[in-house]
Amino acid sequence: MVELTLPKNSRISDGKTWPKPEGATNLREYKIYRWSPDDGENPRLDTYYVDMDDCGPMVLDALLWIKNNIDPTLTLRRSCREGICGSCAMNIDGTNTLACTKGMDEVIGSVNVYPLPHMKVVKDLVPDMTNFYAQHRSIEPWLKTTSNEPRTEWLQSKEDREKLDGLYECILCACCSTSCPSYWWNSDRYLGPAALLQSYRWIADSRDEATGERLDDLEDPFRLYRCHTIMNCTQACPKDLNPAKAIAETKKLMVERKL
Amino acid sequence: MDMRTPLGRVRGLGSAKEGTDHFWKQRLTAIANIPLVIFFVWLIVSLNGASHAEVTARISSPLVSLALLALILSVCFHMKLGMQIIIEDYVHSEGPKIALLILNTFFCLALALAGGFAILKLGFGG
Repeated sequence: MVELTLPKNSRISDGKTWPKPEGATNLREYKIYRWSPDDGENPRLDTYYVDMDDCGPMVLDALLWIKNNIDPTLTLRRSCREGICGSCAMNIDGTNTLACTKGMDEVIGSVNVYPLPHMKVVKDLVPDMTNFYAQHRSIEPWLKTTSNEPRTEWLQSKEDREKLDGLYECILCACCSTSCPSYWWNSDRYLGPAALLQSYRWIADSRDEATGERLDDLEDPFRLYRCHTIMNCTQACPKDLNPAKAIAETKKLMVERKL
Repeated sequence: MDMRTPLGRVRGLGSAKEGTDHFWKQRLTAIANIPLVIFFVWLIVSLNGASHAEVTARISSPLVSLALLALILSVCFHMKLGMQIIIEDYVHSEGPKIALLILNTFFCLALALAGGFAILKLGFGG
């Protein structure tokens, strides 16, 4: 049945408060989720103080400052630090977003940082993305054609190319899917907004010849229709994309081919 | 221990190739419910304080009778579809889920039959 409380081994306790950096006057408080698979302990919320005179403006800057200057065991993913790789997606100040594009000045009071919600945690801020990536793989995110290969590229009009704007920019950070309550309860069967946005990216592609098959694969009470238009996905997307609209367009096509 | 690959797990039993019908009918009944429920509220308010004979007379008018029957059918069907979604969302054990889905269908059907019978009885002068 429904789980209304966290299981015992997931309840978060108050963690350690790390000493303030010596001589620093301009401090910012950080509360960060910590969990390690190695010690058998419950997760905890550690408190750190970041010297703002020695640190960049983004949340990722502060996390790396903490890792470099206070606690090297703090574990997180990051790579491009400019919002294009999607590695540093986490829950900051209650919203899923990218640590590298979230300015500390956007947060009032202490900055609370958790891993993406309702994902298995590998360590600290690193979630297990296995299922999420498999869902992306399952929608077969590549051009599918049966016509003879053209000598050069597959042609597409300018207007048709524009239909992919707002779809192709997805960086698969999983901020949207992990903000969706429907995905929290049913991620084993519901594909989630990220995979559905990518699916629609190929459904909307004028060069693709497998539109019908793609719709067939999605037509399912769980895979597609667990979307209840909650719209957290669109609110969370750090790239300002609109997965909710892509899902609605897919549902419209489902109805269109029936009526 | 589940040793299937992640993709195997996601593909699971494959697509059910349905769901659109449910989606469409839920919206269809939602549209129908708007005028029907407004009419129903208006009818109840206008019958406030009326005697049994007056109520029977009003409901035995064919238009009122048909609208009330349509209301009961549309609302009960909409209720069945909506509750089904909630059960599928939140009940994850296969056994209880199927039992609840069956109960849901029977309950809504019983409600529709009882309501429909009451309207017909009044409509035919009962």
